[in-house]
Amino acid sequence: MEHANDITLTVNGTQVSRRVQARQHLVDFLREELGLTGSHLGCEHGVCGACTVRVNGEIVRGCLMLAVQADGCRVDTVEGLTDSKELSEIQRAFHQRNALQCGFCTPGMLMAAQDLIRHGRSASRERIREHISGNYCRCTGYQAIVDAIEEVLNGKA
Amino acid sequence: MGRRDHPLGGRAELPLHAPSTQTDKGYIGQSVPRANAQRLLQGRGAFTDDLRFPRLAHVAFFRSPHAHARIRKLDFSKAVKQPGVIGIFDGRALAEYCTPWVGVLAHLKGIKSPPQHAIAIERACWQGEAVAAVVAESRGFAEDALSLIEAQWEELPVVVDMEEALSGKKIIHAELGDNICFKRELDTSGVEEAFAKADVIAEDIFHFGRHTGVCLEGRAILADYNAGEHSLTVYHATQAPHMMQDIFSRHLNIPEANVRVIAKDIGGSFGIKVHVYPDEMATAALSVMLRRPVKFVADRLESFVSDIHCREHRVRVRVACSKSGEILAFDLDDLTAIGPYSVYPRTSGIEGNQVVNLTGGPYKHQKYRAKLHVVFTNKNVTCQYRAVGHPIAVALTEGIVDLAAQRLGMDPAEFRRRNLIADDAYPYTFPSGIKFEQLSHHKALDLLLKTMKYPELREEQTRLRQKGVYRGIGLAAMIEVTNPSPAFYGVGGARISAQDGATLRLEPTGMVTVMCSVTEQGQGTEGIFAQIAASALGVTIDKVRVITGDTGVTPYGGGTWASRGAGIGGEAVLQAARALRSNMLDVAAAILKLDKALLDIQRNEVVDRLTQEGKMALAELGRVAYFRPDTLPMDFQSELTVTRHYTPRQYGFTFTNGIQASLVEVDPDTGFVKLLKHWCVEDAGTVINPMLVDEQIRGGVVQGIGAALFEECLYGPDGQLLNGNMADYLVPMSGEMPDIVCAHIETPTKQSQLGAKGVGEAGTAGAPAAVMNAVNDALRPLGARVTAMPFTPERILKALGKV
Repeated sequence: MEHANDITLTVNGTQVSRRVQARQHLVDFLREELGLTGSHLGCEHGVCGACTVRVNGEIVRGCLMLAVQADGCRVDTVEGLTDSKELSEIQRAFHQRNALQCGFCTPGMLMAAQDLIRHGRSASRERIREHISGNYCRCTGYQAIVDAIEEVLNGKA
Repeated sequence: MGRRDHPLGGRAELPLHAPSTQTDKGYIGQSVPRANAQRLLQGRGAFTDDLRFPRLAHVAFFRSPHAHARIRKLDFSKAVKQPGVIGIFDGRALAEYCTPWVGVLAHLKGIKSPPQHAIAIERACWQGEAVAAVVAESRGFAEDALSLIEAQWEELPVVVDMEEALSGKKIIHAELGDNICFKRELDTSGVEEAFAKADVIAEDIFHFGRHTGVCLEGRAILADYNAGEHSLTVYHATQAPHMMQDIFSRHLNIPEANVRVIAKDIGGSFGIKVHVYPDEMATAALSVMLRRPVKFVADRLESFVSDIHCREHRVRVRVACSKSGEILAFDLDDLTAIGPYSVYPRTSGIEGNQVVNLTGGPYKHQKYRAKLHVVFTNKNVTCQYRAVGHPIAVALTEGIVDLAAQRLGMDPAEFRRRNLIADDAYPYTFPSGIKFEQLSHHKALDLLLKTMKYPELREEQTRLRQKGVYRGIGLAAMIEVTNPSPAFYGVGGARISAQDGATLRLEPTGMVTVMCSVTEQGQGTEGIFAQIAASALGVTIDKVRVITGDTGVTPYGGGTWASRGAGIGGEAVLQAARALRSNMLDVAAAILKLDKALLDIQRNEVVDRLTQEGKMALAELGRVAYFRPDTLPMDFQSELTVTRHYTPRQYGFTFTNGIQASLVEVDPDTGFVKLLKHWCVEDAGTVINPMLVDEQIRGGVVQGIGAALFEECLYGPDGQLLNGNMADYLVPMSGEMPDIVCAHIETPTKQSQLGAKGVGEAGTAGAPAAVMNAVNDALRPLGARVTAMPFTPERILKALGKV
């Protein structure tokens, strides 16, 4: 295989090693090589946010990062943060408020939401809307998502 | 709850519950979170692209770079030698396995369209039409090979503009004689006389930009042909599995019973995923040809050039009014362009047809004239997308009504009050021939004005204008098609089911499985079916499992479109649950040796109907019925699986009504529109789950806002799509969207026991009109007016004379 590289990275707390093509982006790697299909591909040009994953603690567009660039990194996906229960509270709020319909944007949206929650103490609705404005949702119209994040962030019932 | 207003007395009071459950209202009307959201929240959904199959092949399509061109030669010789390539096929190769189709319906008189193939043969008629298929071991390998296909093209004259198409100077399909797919004229007579005696006439031309659905999940299909049994299993992101089963069967020549269509999780549909797409038919045909599973998932760029587009209308509309503000007549002329083919099997004539049916629909005038031309062009095809025709009809109606009110110097809310059909005038036939069972326009208007605090908003608007702040308030009343009968498609010859079915099975443990032919794409269909079944059976909702989207499992039905899931599928579930409950009580009576009339089911238990004393758990009933039927009387056989179907028949459609309002602020220096708030009052009949209903409305409103302010598929004069990617095609994102306030009137339909009407498209139907009227209300003191959607900053600045 041309332009293949060996990489070793930690995905959801487990070390994995693979030989990957240089052109393979991170989410194709997660989905095709590791079978982690929770991260979705909505545009593959960095606009929709459905592929948002966490790399070394920061959220990134998994379609704009190559798998080889993740060599040596720690990558967290919706599957891992579900199992570790880090997402439990925001998942519960999304569920209670129906802040998802088809669910295709949801893993990426949760990653973006949790990024705000773990870094911020409180935020206005405008700030929440701005923070998730890189994550496209065609179904909900966003209001329930903003409500759910606000509830978790500001402790509003 | 509005159920109390139900005219059929006792049945209406507790339409969903066992007779003795006066203290327990069940789950109807409760905002129960839907169980199937949990897996999606954990990234454990099963979207088509998530499925893994042995020997899976991937297909990528070589698409025409030209809007209209003859295929002189396709040379695959280099491409086919690429690593991982399994085969490359042109239209003729595919035609051996898949017959062509024609997108016409008999009840759209005179509609015409040429035969369309899975892969174009001889000629490409729009940029993006597939002309070859590359099958490879991975999508990446297939795309590598695509770049090595050598094509020789002979470019043909391109028809892009719809006026030019109508003129017929260049004809796209010579054999059809002209570029007119469909035309319709409607005239109640008396229109000219009404305009002649009118005190005020308002007239304008409205343009509606071509836009598209942008489902976050691209269209997806995985077809798995088993040569050993001549069977085809298709995992398909489709709203209508049974329709597709029929179509795969007929066009691939496989017996219907050997075709199974499974729709697992679907990443948004909105009407995009209810049509027959050539590349999807090709994928299924390739699976048959290659005798192995083949997958196609549209990437974002090919979605823009191959998902159906919608709208693109130019409409001249005028309204005649008396001095006192009474509407006397409507007159309209709609021209719409649909691309080079009418889409199969629903046709591309429906949207324009709906504009004719619905324009002016909330009002009581009796004179109406309409003219419609649907023309072919060399752009991507258009077809039914969420709210089909309604956004145009509502914007035409409400835009011209506002202009008339302005000419009369009358407040737009007052003008509407004078003209809306009275709430006690039903049943009512509108001049276009459509029939309304029972609408509530005046109640809805009153509730809207109260909810939004209309007088205070008007005062605030006046105050702010003095400070140079330009706010606008826009209203949009509407009617909406839901729960369609066979009048929509079936009467025209389409094999699209208007009936749906539900099977309910009591499991031995006392749990209940519901299998329904209506499908789920996130609307919450499965959730409300569980609510209906649990309420009608007397079990708790955690005992109910719902299965949809599998032709091998569910009863036959139409699926999800035209706001029909709750009203039609829900009624089938209700009827099946009532029948199953009766059968469960038969078993209980046999076991307990008691009169069935003395028994009831409450909270997973058979109880004494009068005392509510527990007699037997349903788990015990199930145990005896399934494992110890020898203990039951010799002549008794339990029937704990029940199927019921439902078809709406009394009316062609169960019309709903609603009214929306938008509050915006326009910056006259930049042309930017800031959405401050949006309100929607909707009468969807019985509300099964208020939260899900509100979320359907909110999501729909935001799609309507997209049409009003952002979304347009822009084509160059050569028929090239100029903005076919998500960076250049703007969709509503969270930062620009307002909070949306929802309120409800509940007028249950009397056609069903459940009383539910549809609500999935209401938001999209009314929002563009409300936003348009708000923008024009803001611009009015500046002497500007916009009538071409989307209202981009550029268009607003042009209207203001600033650019």
